[in-house]
Amino acid sequence: MEKWIERQKHIIDFTLSSLLRRKGRNAALILVYTLVVFMLASVVFFVQAIKREASVILKDSPDMIIQRMSAGRHELIPVSYLDQILSIRGVSAVRTRLWGYYYDPVVGANYTLMVAEDSGPAAGSIIIGQGVSRTRLAQEGDTLEFRSHDGAIIDLGVKSTISRESELVSSDLILVSEQDFRRIFGTPAGFATDLAVRVKNPRELSTVALKISERFPDTRQILRDEILRTYDAVFSWRGGMMLVILCGSLLAFIILAWDKASGLSSEERREIGILKAIGWETSDVLLMKFWEGIAISLSSLLAGVILAYAHVFFTSAALFEAALKGWSVLYPTFRVTPFIDLSQLVILFFLAVVPYTVATIIPSWRAATVDPDSVMR
Amino acid sequence: MIELVNVRKVFNAGQPNEFVAIDGVSLVIDAERTTVFRGPSGSGKTTLLSLIGCMARPTSGRIRLYDREITSLPERFLTGIRQKTFGFIFQQCNLIKGITALENVMLPAYPSGEKHASLKNRAMDLLDTFKILRKAQSKVEWLSGGEAQRVAIARALINNPSMIIADEPTANLDTKLSREFMEIMGRLKSERKTILFASHDPIVYESDLADLVVDLRDGRVEGSVP
Amino acid sequence: MRKSSLFLLFLAAGIIFLVLMFVHASVQMKAGAASLQAKADLVGKLGLTDLCLFTEASYTRHLSQADLHTPFQNGPMSLEHFPSGSLVMPPAVIRKVNGKVD
Repeated sequence: MEKWIERQKHIIDFTLSSLLRRKGRNAALILVYTLVVFMLASVVFFVQAIKREASVILKDSPDMIIQRMSAGRHELIPVSYLDQILSIRGVSAVRTRLWGYYYDPVVGANYTLMVAEDSGPAAGSIIIGQGVSRTRLAQEGDTLEFRSHDGAIIDLGVKSTISRESELVSSDLILVSEQDFRRIFGTPAGFATDLAVRVKNPRELSTVALKISERFPDTRQILRDEILRTYDAVFSWRGGMMLVILCGSLLAFIILAWDKASGLSSEERREIGILKAIGWETSDVLLMKFWEGIAISLSSLLAGVILAYAHVFFTSAALFEAALKGWSVLYPTFRVTPFIDLSQLVILFFLAVVPYTVATIIPSWRAATVDPDSVMR
Repeated sequence: MIELVNVRKVFNAGQPNEFVAIDGVSLVIDAERTTVFRGPSGSGKTTLLSLIGCMARPTSGRIRLYDREITSLPERFLTGIRQKTFGFIFQQCNLIKGITALENVMLPAYPSGEKHASLKNRAMDLLDTFKILRKAQSKVEWLSGGEAQRVAIARALINNPSMIIADEPTANLDTKLSREFMEIMGRLKSERKTILFASHDPIVYESDLADLVVDLRDGRVEGSVP
Repeated sequence: MRKSSLFLLFLAAGIIFLVLMFVHASVQMKAGAASLQAKADLVGKLGLTDLCLFTEASYTRHLSQADLHTPFQNGPMSLEHFPSGSLVMPPAVIRKVNGKVD
């Protein structure tokens, strides 16, 4: 066993000496390699963490949302539907939701105005999310102006801000009283934005949905399962930017491996011949090539993955901000709970290490098996 | 000792550029003796040395090493024998460029898994014997011709082989260095090593060391001088 | 020190860091359970349905609630013009082939 370890160490010694002969080139290679792994791993970590967070947070989303549609558009729903839906067997609770978008011309940001059923603010005051607070530099005690649907200016005082912890769902929220909501948007009494339904038995959900759609053909039902699936598909690999990053990374790995796979230079061939002439077996030569591949690719993998983890979970994916922010003015801080999975690392390993190492070993096979007497000539 | 029985080596057999390098050579080489193979270029000296040194297999014929038939051994065993029994000194040094002299000397013993410290000491001792210890950490490109040659000799000795094979060792050396080289060989001979040379340099084949000089021409033994 | 020892040390350090990452993540998961719960509670209390990721437009803010026509309000030939469109696909509800759109 000891002999085996010592043999590996000796061969690694030689491999490293050999790589150090071209310091600049190999340093650049490792740098580029690490960069590619870093980017890919950052994306993988970030996306997985958000998806996981979404699946946990949105667990308590309403069982079903009922939207009224008119000419294919989402329209206000009569509150009178509520009692009728409540009477359907399987429904345990129904409540109205009042929410809408408010565009703030001062900063160019979009807010979501919402009425909280119980614990909401009293008329004349609002509770704002952290993103709103940041964008308007508004704290507890400040006043914000709202322009109502009929042109009037309405002042609302900031009662408190929503906790930083829940920013991922509440960053752009402004909770108002029902009275103020209807004043700002002009939503007539007797109408709500949509209805939130809870069913007694989750397995009956689709049956209940069917009944509702039969009773009210002008509505569509959005089930919680569909909400969760939407977030499973967010940042999907088939989507534009993700596809570009994936293809770019794959291409980078292929190009890096291609340089190795395209064969040995005559100098390398000669050196292998010398090694064989002085007593190295074919397996020793191949082992050396193996360590050569590993030295570059494994180092890059480790460095890239560790840097990616720090990037995503300690700096909230700062480098992605420009891409994620898009045209939003209000941008949440993506403080996601760190989440990392062994399968992610295995995939990265198979992309980053295996092709490159194989590409380093295979071309040397031929050279490693020739009779060493060719070097005598 | 080494015995060759009717050894033939043909390159590119059956093709238009077929070339018979060794054409039926039979001879006996005694242990602890120095043998020189002499002849013009193309006479097959290098090929013969590589066949004896287990670097290649003959097309036909038998080779026996210490009464053991090696012609039909699988590659793994052949490599093992080559590693333990022979030390090679090539015409063009054939040191690995870009690494130090010390590393070059240790290289043949790397796969054996010997402990690093003892291997390094042995290598340093060898370099010291040939008076190039101070060049141990120099990259081989920085060595002079003579120094490189001595590193090559040290490398050949790292596994303590019983036989040294040297192919045109003085071809790239001036007279002074050639004589120094033969001096070193003399010392090795007194350590009871078997030495095989291929050379057309008189300094080599006319030296006192040579116990047997074999003349080769066109792959055949023409004569030998005891 | 021998080159190989340095290299193997580097690999070992890397692997230790990887293990630390896993430890950190699982510790954070437990520590973050409270914060996750706070978010989940808010979701339940207010009846929220979406994460606040992209506030560019209405249909990027509430991904799961979007109807098919809102994007086209910005223009009947509305090619995807919000940057976040390259990051998210339309909600599952309306992506179904022959799915109910209204």
